[in-house]
Amino acid sequence: MDEAREQIEAGARAEAAPAVAEVPNPKIVVRNLSFHYGRFQALHDISLSIPERQVTAFIGPSGCGKSTLLRCFNRIYELYPDQRASGEILLDGENILDRRQDLNLLRARVGMVFQKPTPFPMSIYDNIAFGVRLYERLSRAQMSERVEWALRKAALWDEVKDKLRQSGQQLSGGQQQRLCIARAIAVRPEVLLLDEPASALDPISTLRIEELIHELKSDYTIVIVTHNMQQAARVSDYTAFLYMGRLVEYSDTSTIFTNPRRRETEDYITGRYG
Amino acid sequence: MLSPYRRRLVVNAFNLGVSVLMTLFGLFWLAWLLWTLLSQGLQWLGPHVFTASTPPPGEQGGLANAIVGSLLLTGFGVLIGAPLGLLAGTFLAEFGRASRLAAAVRFINDVLLSAPSILIGVFVYTVLVVPFGHFSGWAGAVALALIVVPVVVRTTEDMLKLVPDALREAAAALGAPYWKVVVAIVYRAALGGIMTGVLLAVARISGETAPLLFTALSNQFWSTDMSGPVANLPVVIFQFAMSPYEDWQHLAWAGALLITLAVLALNIVARVAFRRRKARQ
Repeated sequence: MDEAREQIEAGARAEAAPAVAEVPNPKIVVRNLSFHYGRFQALHDISLSIPERQVTAFIGPSGCGKSTLLRCFNRIYELYPDQRASGEILLDGENILDRRQDLNLLRARVGMVFQKPTPFPMSIYDNIAFGVRLYERLSRAQMSERVEWALRKAALWDEVKDKLRQSGQQLSGGQQQRLCIARAIAVRPEVLLLDEPASALDPISTLRIEELIHELKSDYTIVIVTHNMQQAARVSDYTAFLYMGRLVEYSDTSTIFTNPRRRETEDYITGRYG
Repeated sequence: MLSPYRRRLVVNAFNLGVSVLMTLFGLFWLAWLLWTLLSQGLQWLGPHVFTASTPPPGEQGGLANAIVGSLLLTGFGVLIGAPLGLLAGTFLAEFGRASRLAAAVRFINDVLLSAPSILIGVFVYTVLVVPFGHFSGWAGAVALALIVVPVVVRTTEDMLKLVPDALREAAAALGAPYWKVVVAIVYRAALGGIMTGVLLAVARISGETAPLLFTALSNQFWSTDMSGPVANLPVVIFQFAMSPYEDWQHLAWAGALLITLAVLALNIVARVAFRRRKARQ
């Protein structure tokens, strides 16, 4: 009973104005974003900015809306007719929620890696070339070069260089996820969205993915959703805490984890609910 | 009183037993059918069956014209019906989904799926035989295509639905337009299932008699002219098996065995081919 009341009270407090810090060099600016799955409102009036070439983490308990928020940045939700977003998301100052925004071009700029590894049913080489071919006409040599570059970036090259023609689905889970990261990088996006990229992986693969994130942030703006608070603390520069579809607190990661301004944030990171 | 655990064991054993019995019951008839076919048909299967055309009663002959005719009719039937079914199934699974139009198409397809094939024969007769004044191979192929369509629509939709949405999202997230997601990724993931559906349709139409009686009819002589009547195994089997002539009856047995073996071979070849493809990926 107490726990339930605690949650309701926490929800009421979450509706209070969020503690949102300003960030330097914002790449993405979210203004008054709301999101609906049919009649259910999953995000309420979210406003925050994602800094360029930094890692920003979204944390919060299951169902808090962190994945939903991430899925707005490339409008992947548009695949489902009953999902819709309102408000503004500015990418380099341009509102990507605008009706006139070309979704395919947006997604070429904003790459995404999903929770479960999703290699395409084709060779390792073609898995990477697929996205590149959509937007660039490369010679055979250039394409091979790009594939190698992407696989090296994703720290997978040494493991697969002798079996590029084999199916991507024959790799281990951790390798598959790095293949998906390589695939996303290969089209040279500006932003990389990672939706719990390590939650289906073993600890060693998780570590490799985290190292990878660290290396990639010098080139990409990275936004990561994670269940794992230690992971957020390890890999991110900025952290947003969401609860029940509302942004509770957003700040640089060390502040969130050592000196949160809101009690709900503190309760969550110390493991009192969620 | 039995304890809950013991009760569960007993129920499990009972259900397992019934399931095995039912499986055996089904297999029993299948085995009997195959045995009858083999024992009655195998002895009449010789080279002449493949080289000579259907004979008048009392003379030597084979089934060559009917075999080639069946290949033609089945081939064109699939060629016409499978692409239509594939496109409609793709519409239902990928584009129409829960829309009203898709629901209507799905319902009509289910009706078509269970429509008696003789009805399809009569329908094509009125549309393609009566206006032209004669039976024709094309009419037969269209009738068979109408049987292929609903089968392929259903299996295509089911197989595409089995492809996880995560794969569609992953492809779309790279900036692929949706048609490309479907053609390059989803089809590839569902290829084995879709082809199995097409083969099921081939198996289904290769034994259909009723729709051909009204359309392609049959032809005593060798003919590959699709605009005229074309001989085919099912109708020849029907005619010959009902006839009082023993050598015709023997040919009917041989033809029945041939169809069965052909469908079996087709299934085995397809399975082996897909397994190899999968292993290579």
